[in-house]
Amino acid sequence: MEWLMWFSKPENTKPLALIIFFVTFIGIVIYVYGSKKRSKRLESYRDIPFLDDQEGTKDKQ
Amino acid sequence: MAVTTYSGAEQYNFDIVKKFAVMSLVWAVIGMFVGVYIASELAWPLLNFDSPYFSFGRFRPVHTTSVIFGFGGSALFATSYYVVQRTCQTRLISDGMASFTFWGWMAVIVLADISYVLGYTQSREYAEMEWPIDILIELVWVTYLILFVGTIMRRKQPHIYVANWFYLSFILATALLHTFNNLAMPIDLFSMKSYSLFSGTQDAMTQWWYGHNAVGFFLTAAFLGMMYYFVPKQAGRPIYSYRLSIVHFWALSFMYMWVGGHHLHWTALPDWTSSLAAAFSILLLMPSWGGMINGIMTLSGAWDKMRTDPVMRFMIVALSFYGMSTFEGPMMSLKEVNALSHYTDWTVGHVHSGALGWVAMISFGSLYHMMPKLWGTTIYSRKLVEWHFWLATVGIVLYIVAMWISGITQGLMWRAFDEFGNLQYSFAESVAAMMPFYAMRAIGGMFFLTGAVLMTFNMFMTIRQGKRESAALDAKLAAKMAHA
Repeated sequence: MEWLMWFSKPENTKPLALIIFFVTFIGIVIYVYGSKKRSKRLESYRDIPFLDDQEGTKDKQ
Repeated sequence: MAVTTYSGAEQYNFDIVKKFAVMSLVWAVIGMFVGVYIASELAWPLLNFDSPYFSFGRFRPVHTTSVIFGFGGSALFATSYYVVQRTCQTRLISDGMASFTFWGWMAVIVLADISYVLGYTQSREYAEMEWPIDILIELVWVTYLILFVGTIMRRKQPHIYVANWFYLSFILATALLHTFNNLAMPIDLFSMKSYSLFSGTQDAMTQWWYGHNAVGFFLTAAFLGMMYYFVPKQAGRPIYSYRLSIVHFWALSFMYMWVGGHHLHWTALPDWTSSLAAAFSILLLMPSWGGMINGIMTLSGAWDKMRTDPVMRFMIVALSFYGMSTFEGPMMSLKEVNALSHYTDWTVGHVHSGALGWVAMISFGSLYHMMPKLWGTTIYSRKLVEWHFWLATVGIVLYIVAMWISGITQGLMWRAFDEFGNLQYSFAESVAAMMPFYAMRAIGGMFFLTGAVLMTFNMFMTIRQGKRESAALDAKLAAKMAHA
């Protein structure tokens, strides 16, 4: 269990945390903006609040 | 995407939404009245009547609990139940559980307010309730979580709309925060008094981990959920960028958890902890402004609504205050700025630019949109909505300007030294210098309260109008059936 001690040192965990969080963030951005097809699908969800409207008030853009 | 073209009101449980919506207005008036009263006590101390029951110390948590959990909480319960049903196109999974959350939550606020006046408090800011009330909150909140998640799980719409993500993160985070911040040992099973499980710096850190995340998840993420549904609905056009809302959600949810330490700069808290909190506070500016821009740009191409639609104006001004207070917050989290601002009225002004400008204004806008729809009618008086808007806006400006001047003056007076290196002013002198600004703040609060009273009257008349129209329609139908 000696290897666990590596995590107890801030000089190790700080850059590790930075890498994990930065890579996760970049991953989310690539997922969201990386593909035209996916972007189109994601943007289609904008209309969900208008789907059960009785009066269909959404402006046509 | 699944498309349901029409859903009758009976498909959804709107009864619970109506109850919470009405009570949010009731708590707004009560909580803001107590707020104006305690602000007046600071300006005109004779209002204390030399009685502990009227003292600032006991009334202050009555104000914060009534506005945050009574008004804000009820508005969140109402809108989250409305939004989750409409965007998932399904009814809440249990009417009984929904009803329990309503009566349970109302009991929490009433019991908390009474206990504060009687002198019971844990002395933890925004978590003053003693242990029996904390247990009731836990029960209500777990029920709320089960109800919300259960409703999402039986949705007819395959995708979970982003507003529900924000509501869910608020429910989850609040459960976590409330549980850990209130770990305490009662001194006796039949005593209201308890002591925290933590002590010293750890206790302070736990409290401010809770305190700032109450701001981040209760007063921000949840109201962003409100924004992501009601701004597009009122504008009649979809949110500016759905992809931006995804990045906004993840960045905001991740970063808020780290910033609580900025409330404890220059204390016994380890220096690296408060530096880390300051760094995350600065980073938080980006998702906050991303969300604000997403909301405001929804109006792109329909800016005329700002001129013609007072409800829309509430929402856009709310987003503007959101942008302003999420700039001011990171700035105040810098250690150098905090050395001047902390413990002064600047903090009080900052909190209220967020609470009145963002939280209350987006709630007013959303309730103005939702309540007439719930009762199947239109707003009773648009003129009163206009009046409310201007009273609220002028009230906020008076409030925060007074607190800016007062806070910076306080900070400068406390750190002024004379030529011999002694403190130049006594504390009493700094209090005396605050008096005109305390009066100005109380007047600002009066403006805001008057607006809330106008709204309550307007909504009361709207409900009455809706009921009358519904009764007239029923009578017409009955007459038609009789002739057929």
